[in-house]
Amino acid sequence: MSKHIVSPLVYIVIFVSLMLGTAITIWAAFQNFGKFNIVIALAIATIKATLVVLYFMHARYSPKRTQLVIVCSVFWLAIMLALTLADYDTRPREGRLASANTCYHV
Amino acid sequence: MNNTPPAPDNELPDTHYLNATYGSGIRSWLLTTDHKRIALLYLASVTVFFFIGGVLATMIRIHLLTPTGALVTPETYNKLFTMHGVAMIFFFLIPSIPAVLGNFLIPLMIGAKDLAFPKVNLLSWYIYILGGSFVLYSFGTGGLDTGWTFYTPLSSVYSNSAVTPAVIGIFINGFSSILTGLNFIVTIHTMRAPGMTWFRLPLFAWAHYATSLVMILGTPVIAITLLLVGLERIFHLGFFNPALGGDPILFQHLFWFYSHPAVYIMILPAMGVVSEIIPTFARKPIFGYAFIAGSSIAIAVIGFLVWAHHMFVTGESTYAALTFSFLSYLVAIPSAIKVFNWTSTLYKGSISWDPPMIYALGFIGLFVIGGLTGLFLACLGLDIHIHDTYFVVAHFHYIMVGGAVMGYVGGLHFWWPKITGRLYPESLSRAAAVVLFIGFNLTFFPQFILGYLGMPRRYHTYPPEFQVLNVLSTAGASILALGYLLPMAYLTWSMRYGKVAGQNPWPATGLEWKTDSPPPTENFHVTPEVTWEPYDFENRPDLGLAAGARPLAPAHGDD
Amino acid sequence: MHRTGDLYGHFQTLEQQKETAALGMWIFLVTEVLFFGGLFLTYTINRHTFSTAFGIGSNTLDIKLGAGNTVVLIMSSLTMAMAVWSAQVGKKKLVSIFLIATLALGTVFLGVKAIEYKQKFDHHLVPGLSFDMKYHPTHPMPGDDLTELALEKEEVDKAFAQDPDINAHGQLYFSLYFGMTGLHALHMIIGAGLLIWLIRGSFRGRFTPQYNTPVEIVGLYWHFVDIVWIYLFPLLYLIDRHR
Repeated sequence: MSKHIVSPLVYIVIFVSLMLGTAITIWAAFQNFGKFNIVIALAIATIKATLVVLYFMHARYSPKRTQLVIVCSVFWLAIMLALTLADYDTRPREGRLASANTCYHV
Repeated sequence: MNNTPPAPDNELPDTHYLNATYGSGIRSWLLTTDHKRIALLYLASVTVFFFIGGVLATMIRIHLLTPTGALVTPETYNKLFTMHGVAMIFFFLIPSIPAVLGNFLIPLMIGAKDLAFPKVNLLSWYIYILGGSFVLYSFGTGGLDTGWTFYTPLSSVYSNSAVTPAVIGIFINGFSSILTGLNFIVTIHTMRAPGMTWFRLPLFAWAHYATSLVMILGTPVIAITLLLVGLERIFHLGFFNPALGGDPILFQHLFWFYSHPAVYIMILPAMGVVSEIIPTFARKPIFGYAFIAGSSIAIAVIGFLVWAHHMFVTGESTYAALTFSFLSYLVAIPSAIKVFNWTSTLYKGSISWDPPMIYALGFIGLFVIGGLTGLFLACLGLDIHIHDTYFVVAHFHYIMVGGAVMGYVGGLHFWWPKITGRLYPESLSRAAAVVLFIGFNLTFFPQFILGYLGMPRRYHTYPPEFQVLNVLSTAGASILALGYLLPMAYLTWSMRYGKVAGQNPWPATGLEWKTDSPPPTENFHVTPEVTWEPYDFENRPDLGLAAGARPLAPAHGDD
Repeated sequence: MHRTGDLYGHFQTLEQQKETAALGMWIFLVTEVLFFGGLFLTYTINRHTFSTAFGIGSNTLDIKLGAGNTVVLIMSSLTMAMAVWSAQVGKKKLVSIFLIATLALGTVFLGVKAIEYKQKFDHHLVPGLSFDMKYHPTHPMPGDDLTELALEKEEVDKAFAQDPDINAHGQLYFSLYFGMTGLHALHMIIGAGLLIWLIRGSFRGRFTPQYNTPVEIVGLYWHFVDIVWIYLFPLLYLIDRHR
């Protein structure tokens, strides 16, 4: 897959970063950032995941095709989440289902 | 390398994959890793499910001969259409072309000895059989009455039918699809022979690449969804049960995220078959090769953005409905490009009416009707009236049966000589193709009319004024059945008694036609090196198209 | 297909075989992303609707065990990466050592998970098995922090007052908890099986700088399972912890 042999030093550095990220996530969870708590948690998780993919999984040193595969998987997951949430988030406010006056008269 | 010369055209080769030296007993078939044998294992299995689905369809149509329906009880009727859908979609249509023709042909078409992962290929078939067994168990122990769409909370809470084994079976079967798709993608990337560049690939390969993308990205979602339905049923969880705070619409989003792209899994391979047949029997390069290849990918991608057009009237927000309606119109464009290109290929071609060509031409016409009626359904205002009516039933049968199944049967006819080394009776097969076409239209065209007149789908009765159209439809179904039984009979007959086909009977330009019929186990005696463009009839003296025979038409505007 | 040395018969070169195996595993991981993705979507929709119940449910999870498990799993990813490196530089003994370390850490993870599951069972927080969020706060168990428990009781009572169906909604949280961590644990068990297979191969000296593809692709799988947990931990354990 990759001719480039990643040195153990890189792995250690990434490992320490991941530990740091975990610590920050826990600390942030106990602070009150309001609706940004979830944003911070997901952002840190995504940074950690990216480090694992790039270095532990050698994506940084892999052919472009592999990188395209990785991007596509994230993109497709994003499609599923985004378009479904687009339905839920544009519903009338008072409930999860359509409001009473949005019924279809045939 | 084995330098066996090709067999003479009037004799079968001495050894080929069917009688190969590693054995022809049942063990050598059930433990084979040869993609060609696995394709035949699938051929037998999908035919069984086609038969089961067909019997169920027959019962439905007989029941609907009269407005009050005398054949079965209402509860049983629900089971009939459900099991018909499940058997046909998951166990026939989705595997059919990829697992039978794709498995057999892709390595041959790209000049490889086998797929990338031969053992995984066999595993795919084992998984298919296991999943199918669970579903057959479900059919045999009370059946299934939820509709193939498994809408909740009927399927997850209230239905008294054998839902759990069925969802387990379909869940398991999903992995068969996933592994096949994975195998195809990797194979096409890494196993091409020297000189077989991406733009020399036959369009059948492009079609299967696009199909495999859909299999990989969509199937896992239905797997997890049906797993949740099963868990909900067994442990009384509440994801999709409103009484426990759950959300049936969430189920529909998850379900259709796969099941809409699934229809592209069913049609893209058939389009690939048509793209092979049309140039062969027009004796011309295909018009717009790159556009057809690109359209296959476009259909696969855009097909993932339209799923909620199945939910226009079930409770999604208006803005979502508008978005999905617009995207649904968009997805028709690449399909239209393909139809245009196939038709342009015919222009000034040297047309011959061999049986595969009849199926391919029938495909084009019926797919156009099916596709255009899809646009009617994508229109929000119109969908309010025709959703859940026979209009929808007619629409998808035009695509699935008039499109996908005709593509499958046509493909079987086109490659039968390669697979078995034998030809089948020409006049009978032409007649059978016409019988199928007539029977199909008589069955399903009246259903468009029934739909816009208001006859609901999945109902066991109907108002008496709809009876004439229903009787016409059932009459058509009996002719359609004949159209399927005839090929089953003569193709089977031909395996023993058919005329020997030789390497390239049509002749066609693909790499698969440059090896013996049937091919040796290792596909090619010498690894081929590709130096020609696809469908290039002019520059292929090896095809034996003698001067004075049907003249070659000049190439038209391809890439 | 028969094999000569490390090369399977249907491949032309070892390089082609390696490329194929790696691409195959990456594409398999794509399917896993979408597989877990369906659960993440379900989680997203349900958390949005039942944020209170999800918060209470999350607070019943032991953050020390969850954080500990996160550390353990990330460490196992490190040892897995080191196993691949060892094979690439030809240190065959180290390959075995790092693979065994990875397996050991993975087993620790599963052990802690088992403890957590038992805890949930004792607290009547398993969906479908006399599920009752009120049970634990009113039935203290040995080893419980009583002040924490009192806070929990207060929260649960308040939530009940606002939402009489809180038990059903909380059950949705725990269904997702068990579903997602259970599916994750199943993947870890499969990973453990793959590691055992690799360890046996490493004892026979199978993995060299020329041929270490199995280690690499099992590594890819293992790292993916780690990534799933990297998301599961904050999403399940860290909801509304600041209350």
